Amino acid sequence: MISPSKDELVTITLNGVEVEVPNGINAVEAAALHGHEVPHYCYHPKLSVAGNCRMCLVEMGTPMRDRATGEAILEEDGRAKIGWVPKPVIGCATNVSEGMHLRTESDLVNECREGIMEFLLVNHPLDCPICDQAGECRLQEFATDYGRGYSRYVERKNVKPKRTRLGPRVTLDDERCILCSRCIRFSQEVAKDDVLGFVDRGSFSTLTCFPGKELSNNYSLNTVDICPVGALTSTDFRFKMRVWFLKETNSICSESSAGCNTTVSSREGIIQRITPRRNDLVNDTWMTDSGRELYKSVRAENRILRPSAGGKDLPLKDAISQVVDSLSGKRIAVVASCHSTVEEQVLTKRLIDSTNARTFLRGHFGEDDGILLSADRSPNLRGALVTGLIDQYPEDNLNSLNDALSRGEFDAVFVMNEDLVASGINEENLQNVTVVYLGTHSNSSSKHADVILPGLSVFEKGGSFINRSFIIQAFDKSVPGPAGLQSQVTVLAEIIKHLSEEDGTPSELDDIWGLVNNLEGSVLSSLLYSEVKKAVVQLDGSAWSHLNFVEQSALHYPPAMLAAK
Amino acid sequence: MSEQSPKERRIILKHTDDPAYSNRISSYLGVGGYENLKKAFGMKPEEVAEEVLKSGVRGRGGAGFPAGMKWKFLDRKSGKPIYLICNADESEPGTFKDRQIMYKDPHQLIEGMMIAAYAIGAKQAFIYIRAEFHEGARILNRAIDEAKAGGYCGENILGSEYSCDLVVHRGAGAYICGEETGLIESLEGKRPNPRIKPPYFPAVLGLYQCPTIVNNVETLCNVRHIVEMGGEEFSKIGKPNNTGTRIWCVSGQVMKPGYYEFECGALTLGQMIFDVCGGLRPGRTLKAVIPGGSSAKVLRADERFSGSLKDGTAFDWGLEDIPLDFDGPMAAGSMSGSGGIIVMDDTVDIVEAMANINAFYAHESCGQCTPCREGSLWMRKITQRMCSGGAREEDADLLLSVANQIEGRTICAFGEAAAWPTQSFVTKFKDDFIKKATDSQEERNPKSLQLI
Repeated sequence: MISPSKDELVTITLNGVEVEVPNGINAVEAAALHGHEVPHYCYHPKLSVAGNCRMCLVEMGTPMRDRATGEAILEEDGRAKIGWVPKPVIGCATNVSEGMHLRTESDLVNECREGIMEFLLVNHPLDCPICDQAGECRLQEFATDYGRGYSRYVERKNVKPKRTRLGPRVTLDDERCILCSRCIRFSQEVAKDDVLGFVDRGSFSTLTCFPGKELSNNYSLNTVDICPVGALTSTDFRFKMRVWFLKETNSICSESSAGCNTTVSSREGIIQRITPRRNDLVNDTWMTDSGRELYKSVRAENRILRPSAGGKDLPLKDAISQVVDSLSGKRIAVVASCHSTVEEQVLTKRLIDSTNARTFLRGHFGEDDGILLSADRSPNLRGALVTGLIDQYPEDNLNSLNDALSRGEFDAVFVMNEDLVASGINEENLQNVTVVYLGTHSNSSSKHADVILPGLSVFEKGGSFINRSFIIQAFDKSVPGPAGLQSQVTVLAEIIKHLSEEDGTPSELDDIWGLVNNLEGSVLSSLLYSEVKKAVVQLDGSAWSHLNFVEQSALHYPPAMLAAK
Repeated sequence: MSEQSPKERRIILKHTDDPAYSNRISSYLGVGGYENLKKAFGMKPEEVAEEVLKSGVRGRGGAGFPAGMKWKFLDRKSGKPIYLICNADESEPGTFKDRQIMYKDPHQLIEGMMIAAYAIGAKQAFIYIRAEFHEGARILNRAIDEAKAGGYCGENILGSEYSCDLVVHRGAGAYICGEETGLIESLEGKRPNPRIKPPYFPAVLGLYQCPTIVNNVETLCNVRHIVEMGGEEFSKIGKPNNTGTRIWCVSGQVMKPGYYEFECGALTLGQMIFDVCGGLRPGRTLKAVIPGGSSAKVLRADERFSGSLKDGTAFDWGLEDIPLDFDGPMAAGSMSGSGGIIVMDDTVDIVEAMANINAFYAHESCGQCTPCREGSLWMRKITQRMCSGGAREEDADLLLSVANQIEGRTICAFGEAAAWPTQSFVTKFKDDFIKKATDSQEERNPKSLQLI
């Protein structure tokens, strides 16, 4: 596509009203900016323009110019004479320019939409009552706006495959498919895994995988999200829940430092699915399949549901006093975590400072897929840097702690989330120290722990993460945690309160941010939590630019502002 | 043939039906072949293009767009290679002219193409030939080998240091492959889904996103004759704005169907049917004529056409008075298209003819964009049902409404091609459609859905 610079504004006439829009954006976006919805199926802001659904037909005209002189031709009243294109044009492939006239609401446009709607429905099975898409289906929505309400079609409908397995996570109902080709373009352009295509022709065209291929890449479920109808369905979510029962919460994916914006959908406290949420600076409208599975850990078998000490359950309050007793006056090693939220890290830092403990922290690294699964498999390593927990880039292990334990340098180890043995700690070294574990799931740390304090998963608490681009993003609590449990910040604040003589360690997020704001020289010092919750905040990461971050260049990384330098 | 009818003037098909003339290069050289290539190479490329523009030759593929103008749109500043493609995917029902040229006089096409390639500065040219023309591809390949051996094509043509390779590409067996941008997609090895315009105008973003000219076989052959005569002289053949000759392909119920080359506007549709083609079969009367391939709007035998032409002259024609050129059928509300004249006499069941055409378009719709994909099949299903005893009186209006929902709303001109036959058949022969319903053998289920 050739499109002019989008920085400057141009004046167009939209449905008779002069409005300003960025130059070169298409008519669908331009109309949306001024409150006129142009229905569309095949157009997707993050994919190439296909122009095949024809739903976004609008009327377009440009000021007429004299062929010979190039001068504008005027009407009798002095206004520019508009040369309307005789046929309707597709809004998605019409880029606005100065003086353009658009009609997105006119008899002709409505007639076009009604015609397209009827065509889309003639061979559609109309099985909304058993369709997962019902309730969030563009076909349903625009049928309400532009449908006839009755059918003129008395012929037999085309029959196509009803439940094709496209891959391990995606099931296809070809009869519902409106052949918009979004999924094909996504596979080619974003996932770079060109496995989908149409076979047969005309109305018998059928979406399918190429022979011997399957849609198994880690982004396959995005095809389900962008499918405007119920053709591509998530095998996991299929037939599980009516979408209108779902409560939606904004969240951030904790899978890697990419920090995908997500929507967590739950019903009655149980998460049903995770879908991506658009953020043009971070993840566009995509996320990984693996990130969508994370909710399953919430109700996993190894979830720690009760505080315990020495194998016996006890009330949280008692467990905390036991922790305070066993840590008080001891030489403490604190294993902090880059899975913790910024707020938890702030309190961890406070705990460390107030007890003169030493900090240990490991990174979690893997393969970088160059899109949205970064090599840093923790959501908040940048947070550990920003909150001052660490000043060096962490190793992928805790060998230094192991050495220190071998030398008998500590009496107690306070562990957040990490699995000690899997991080390189010798089990023998844990015999002679008190181990306190604050985490969500049982692992070797909890096995060796003298006291276990359960925490809440990322879906059960609010907080913020700092992603690979040093963008700080807040997330909300999606579902309530297991009965009787408190968030990590509450537990930490309680411990700090009892362990040190300091007063006023807050446990509410807003108050913790008050604490952060007082930190001198911190990149967070001028921020408010309410601001972080409202908008994307880009932090200044230049202080750490000398570190050897493991992330490779990927979607929106490095961010445009850094890449330009 | 009666005396008042003008004689054929064969320019393109001058030698094709001479029994002594073969499709080998020896025959072609014997009638002055490739002399015009030498003449063209003596001119500057832009001079050749200027001659083509001056000739006023209009595209013979169906749309009738002036070829010289098309060449002018070519983006020469991009620095990308320029491609020339010959559209030999002749697949419009009722059209069979390009096939005659390629099978019987392939060197004429090659010479025309090499001149055109020289004029537009293409280093690579393709002949995209319809998949079903197996023999045509074989003949063209042999002819290209002969031309290359003679130095008329390929490397260093005629010692001029200008090179242009020519490749025959067999089509993918679909009507849509003949659509300019669908053809380009197919040539790139993809599904021939036509591209959206804007932005993909072939002259700017064509084959491999490079500037590309796509011309019909007959158009490219004309280039050779334009160079021979000079653009000025060529433009004197035929009528202003309708220059040169046209090959008309007459099929249907006439005594002598076939291809006939005439100067544009030299004769009327009536002369063509009743004189040139020997008239209808004994005892039959004319019912309808499709003047430009199956996608052109049908003309009813007893229709009157009146209005004024572009130059202002008023006309009042019956079907037989329509002049055979570009503008005549256009003025009568149809088009000369690819020159396929389909004649139907009174034995034709109009609804069945409609069903036949609809079956073709439903089968050939590529399925990319909604109106054509769903509309063409819907129309096919309606007409098929009508011909199988299930016709309803409301079907005529329904057909028309469906066709109206297709026209002008599709990616390519196929939408119009599918809609125009239905629009014209139903409007002009509504009685036949109603009669089909009243004669219907099948009892109407009283409980069936009523149309509003």
